Amino acid sequence: MKDWRYLLAEQRGTLLAFGILIVMFAIYSANHPAGFTPNVVQTAANKGVLLAFVAMAQTLVVITAGIDLSVGMIFTLTNCMASWLVIGTGLETAFGVLAVLGTGLLCGAVNGAIVIYGRLQPIVATIATGAVFFGLALLLRPVPGGSVNEDLADFLTGRFFGLVPASLVALLVVVLVVWVPFSRSELGRAAYAAGSSETAAYMSGVPIRRGKFLAYTLAGLLAAIGGLFLTFFTYTGEAAYASGNSYTLFSIAAVVLGGVSLFGGKGSAIGAIFGALAFRTIGDLLFVFDFDPLWQPLFQGVILLIAVSLGAFALFRVRNRLEWFL
Amino acid sequence: MSETTLGGIANRMPKFLRRADPAVLTAFACIVILLLLGSLYSRSFLSPEYLLQQLKVASFLGVIATGMMLVILLGQIDLSVPWSVATGAMMACAAAAYGPAGVAVAIPFGVLCGVAIGIVNGIGVAYLRIPSMIITLATNAVAQGLMVVYTGGFSPQDSATAAMRYLATGFTIPGVPNAVIIWALIGAATVFVLTRTSFGRAVYGIGNRERAAYLSGIDTRRVVMIAFAVSGGLSAFGGVLLAGYASKAAQSMGDAYLLPSIAAVVLGGTSILGGRGSYLGTVAGVILITLLQSILSVMQMPEAGRQIIYGVVIVAMLLLYGRAPASR
Repeated sequence: MKDWRYLLAEQRGTLLAFGILIVMFAIYSANHPAGFTPNVVQTAANKGVLLAFVAMAQTLVVITAGIDLSVGMIFTLTNCMASWLVIGTGLETAFGVLAVLGTGLLCGAVNGAIVIYGRLQPIVATIATGAVFFGLALLLRPVPGGSVNEDLADFLTGRFFGLVPASLVALLVVVLVVWVPFSRSELGRAAYAAGSSETAAYMSGVPIRRGKFLAYTLAGLLAAIGGLFLTFFTYTGEAAYASGNSYTLFSIAAVVLGGVSLFGGKGSAIGAIFGALAFRTIGDLLFVFDFDPLWQPLFQGVILLIAVSLGAFALFRVRNRLEWFL
Repeated sequence: MSETTLGGIANRMPKFLRRADPAVLTAFACIVILLLLGSLYSRSFLSPEYLLQQLKVASFLGVIATGMMLVILLGQIDLSVPWSVATGAMMACAAAAYGPAGVAVAIPFGVLCGVAIGIVNGIGVAYLRIPSMIITLATNAVAQGLMVVYTGGFSPQDSATAAMRYLATGFTIPGVPNAVIIWALIGAATVFVLTRTSFGRAVYGIGNRERAAYLSGIDTRRVVMIAFAVSGGLSAFGGVLLAGYASKAAQSMGDAYLLPSIAAVVLGGTSILGGRGSYLGTVAGVILITLLQSILSVMQMPEAGRQIIYGVVIVAMLLLYGRAPASR
């Protein structure tokens, strides 16, 4: 196969998600009362970026053929934590940010340790750790409240040069600092290999355990960045069970839309980001068409159902019926 | 300890102990330990009234966990439990608002709504080959959306029918709550189906290796589909009972049952990968979880502490005996 064709095949999911995002955003902004203005883009970006961070976190784990049902709770926990710590003078704020990100790393590392070294199934283990993280969040914020360094918050949720949403720039920076080095490193390749075929990877001497552990840990970090941004947008911390749960759910939807295979070994965080932004835009389409917001959960659920059913088209390619069963 | 002494001890044990799964024994041992710890805290822990009350509370979880166990035995998982429970409860209460005929069909209608959710799950998993974790999350979201639209986002005003209340809180046999009898009946039926019918064989077979089960002539897709439908129906029935217990349905009444139902099944020694597990273990798991919750609430632990202890205990117990075999 020629080089460019190989590249195209590899990035097909990402490109498809990008296409969906462009089309959906075009429909969205065309029907938005204010039209395609920097303001509309900024609001949409701020909303979408939160899910994008959580979806990136989910991608890292899904690539290893695992799943992290606690990302939403790490997101909630770090939100509550940031509403206590990210405040005060510049230095205090900086320490606060570091502490929040460190907490995220720690949560991810705990998940990784339990799943990899404790040899538990990721589904059950992360549901249980999710309960613990939510409990901790509730301990920090029994009632919604707190505050955040508003200068920093406004800087990161505003616009650069009155045009570019700062949150998108922050997302780009995180991609360049976390995802790109990870996916190009030996351990990143190990995470992919472990998801693709753990036995084969093991036999070839790939450090699968360290690769998976790094993936889970970085997932915690990315979810924490999401939690930090939630605090910047809302100025408060809230231990909301429903919101944490729905972020977990939507992160899976975003990952699927973004062309990441839930069986592991395939896809990229870039695709998941486009998936997340597209998912958010689709969810908000209801508003520009003036529907009752009550319909939004149903609408998002149906989109999710359709998105996951799209994978069934692969069945048409099956030649041997035994390939139904993995 | 060498292999022979272990065998020697095992030979001297009564037959039922020798055949028992170590995980089930551990779960029952944990129950005894919890009861002892509880009785140190308060004397009333070992009183028959308290134990019966616990059994009654456990039976709601028991009904829901039965469906979950079927699905987990297949090597799948049903994450649509929260809104299957709520849908069953809300739809049963909603039917009750439509006159006497509505009251009569309230319970079957609620259960049927759950079966419908289960059938969608089953079609997705069995025929479209979508990972169960994903499709059940999606149907959960759709069920939630439907209920939000139906109720307008508030808890519905309709209340449970007398029959629902009777099933959940009444006494047919003096001293034994009806809910416990229902759980016992459902449990007995499940044990019969799992151990004495070809359907049960097929469930274990598919859990071990679906490909092999298919090649030996089992219509594996139909079995998977039925199991998901039953799971949805049982979740909804659990919801109906809960609505009878509280005499009304509420928005997030099912949220508190997802983790416990999975935990009960897994703590009872059923392999999350499927193909292995006994109903006795699930019973032990359900009682264990209920006692743990009860002790934490008797100690007036705030919600935050409860969640933390709960998660930690589940991880700790799974680390004790739920680990996958060491790699290769």
